[in-house]
Amino acid sequence: MSDPIAPLSSPSDFAIDVTGVTKRFGAKTVVNAIDLRVRRGEIYGFLGPNGSGKTTFIRMLCGLLTPDAGSGTCLGYDVRSQQADIKRHVGYMTQKFSYYEDLSIRENLDFIARLYDVPDRRAAIQQSLERLGLTNRSHQLAGQLSGGWKQRLALAACLIHSPQLLLLDEPTAGVDPKARREFWDEIHRLAAQGLTVLITTHYMDEAERCHRLAYLAYGKLLTHGTLADVLASARLTTWTVTGPGLLDLAQKLRGLPGIEQVVAFGTTLHVSGRDATALEASLNSVRDPRHEWKEIHAGLEDVFISLMDAAKDNFA
Amino acid sequence: MKRFTLHRLWAIVLKEFIQMKRDRVTFGMMVGIPLMQLMLFGFAINSDPKHLPTAIRAADQGPFARTLVAALRTSGYFTLTHEAATEAEARRLLQLGEVQFVINIPADFSRRLLRGERPTLLIEADATDPSATGPALNAVRAIADHVLDRDLTGPLARLRAKSGPIDLQLHAHYNPENITQYNVVPGLMGVVLTMTMVIITALAITRERERGTMENLLSTPVRPFEVMLGKILPYIVVGYIQVTLILVASHFVFHVPMIGSLLLLYAVSFLFIAANLAMGITFSTLAKNQLQAVQMAFFFFLPSILLSGFMFPFRGMPEWAQWVGSILPNTHYLRIVRGILLKGNGLAEITPHLWPLLAFLVVAMALGVKRYRQTLD
Repeated sequence: MSDPIAPLSSPSDFAIDVTGVTKRFGAKTVVNAIDLRVRRGEIYGFLGPNGSGKTTFIRMLCGLLTPDAGSGTCLGYDVRSQQADIKRHVGYMTQKFSYYEDLSIRENLDFIARLYDVPDRRAAIQQSLERLGLTNRSHQLAGQLSGGWKQRLALAACLIHSPQLLLLDEPTAGVDPKARREFWDEIHRLAAQGLTVLITTHYMDEAERCHRLAYLAYGKLLTHGTLADVLASARLTTWTVTGPGLLDLAQKLRGLPGIEQVVAFGTTLHVSGRDATALEASLNSVRDPRHEWKEIHAGLEDVFISLMDAAKDNFA
Repeated sequence: MKRFTLHRLWAIVLKEFIQMKRDRVTFGMMVGIPLMQLMLFGFAINSDPKHLPTAIRAADQGPFARTLVAALRTSGYFTLTHEAATEAEARRLLQLGEVQFVINIPADFSRRLLRGERPTLLIEADATDPSATGPALNAVRAIADHVLDRDLTGPLARLRAKSGPIDLQLHAHYNPENITQYNVVPGLMGVVLTMTMVIITALAITRERERGTMENLLSTPVRPFEVMLGKILPYIVVGYIQVTLILVASHFVFHVPMIGSLLLLYAVSFLFIAANLAMGITFSTLAKNQLQAVQMAFFFFLPSILLSGFMFPFRGMPEWAQWVGSILPNTHYLRIVRGILLKGNGLAEITPHLWPLLAFLVVAMALGVKRYRQTLD
């Protein structure tokens, strides 16, 4: 129906280039005027609390939902009018395992390959089985696989038609650390070959493996950029404290001026706030010689929680 | 902990009620299905069907003939809808199922009656469904003996012979021995197909949605029409296997006559199977879960059995029920199957029943495709 190769008229640097994308369900605005640009070959991390609109935004990118407002392109195709073209060049991995549990791995791959009309289907399936290490299990029913293997199958299935953009919605939820690491190694290999990847996650270590990040809350894009950009943008000061009676100390600290987060990490407390002077003043008021204080760089998680609290004040 | 406690039991009971309340469709069906059964069994069904369409071929229009016809009419069983000029025309009306009975009054009826020669009154019946014709034919026997009593007075009173003044002949066409199986077994074909085809496909898309595979399917380039058709085609094969099984059993176990062309029957079965599958697909786009889908299928199945003429004579039902019945594919398919097997109908005779099937298929399919598009947005 249309040219399988992305039209040259589009700014080819960006796999995703959208502005003002909005989606409402009834009276609720789930995605609120999001602007996003993702370069080709980039791994873009999409973070945010549950219900922040990540899945809805991804569904609009891959043509499953039509935005209520906003415009833009995905792989050079208009997100509003060329959804059929987008679908042919995007691989979408849903949050919940969405292949057929009563089909074997090979049958699932074969089904998907046929839907995309993959040329030289048998070879494509064999190749994808080998690359993801599924060859020995190819006759096993998908329903009998463990979480990690299901995730591999899902990845293999959404790569079978050699997409240019991969949209992964919490692909590593419930997957063990080793399988997660292997998964990310694979994602980096794919990106090195020129594939663009947009991935949502709740894991901070995964966020740090992305080239760029965006943080979403209440349907709004709160921050985006490289890891360093995001950390710097929050202007968050964090201190750690070790010593006895941390539980009492935490109680005392909460509610003092300038103190926004008091989080226990094993035998240390992390105390953060955006106003460095107010924070230090409050810390001085509870000084105890038995405690050891140290200023550290704010972690991604501290930054995100701080962003979300700030956003709650603004929107909710 | 091993003892039975009321409060744990109560916890389960409460939870069940809450879940029942959340599933509005299921709750609606629990109320709707009994109401529907009440309506159908209470009002629509009548095992003593009256006002059956009747053709009259009266070669004699004399006063005796007129009295006879008037008496048949007032019995309530016969409604004169056609006048047939020739025997061929009368036979054709029966073939098409336009009329249930043909009353033949011979030209010499009055003359032979007056001579005391017991003239013949021939009533031909479409007896494919013995339960539809039985009560009417019983009524005729009573009428024929005494209808002329008032006319045969004075010197004619002698004609009221003991054995009756008229020689009543009843011809039960298509099923002369009034064997119920001949009617029921071919009818079962439509019922079995309706039940299995609608339920199987009603689950088809609901299952995809319940298991989460739908989102994946929608994200691929596959078109709604391709999904619909792809889900229908395999079950058409299943439908044909069922048709074959029933035909084989009809022939070897029940010895049902097969007068018409089996090839024609197989060909037109396609429409019927497809119509039911499309209906099932439409249900599956409406239902939120598999339970709802099964209930909707059942909701459709009930009138398909009761109002189609399968269990009870179609013409015995009140007009509204006949109207509902004529929308249902099974009603038309039953007539086609009985027509082909028992009456030897050809394409020309069954064509009037093909259009309703086609219309049903198109509407159900269009509804299904339209609903399918809306699944995510």
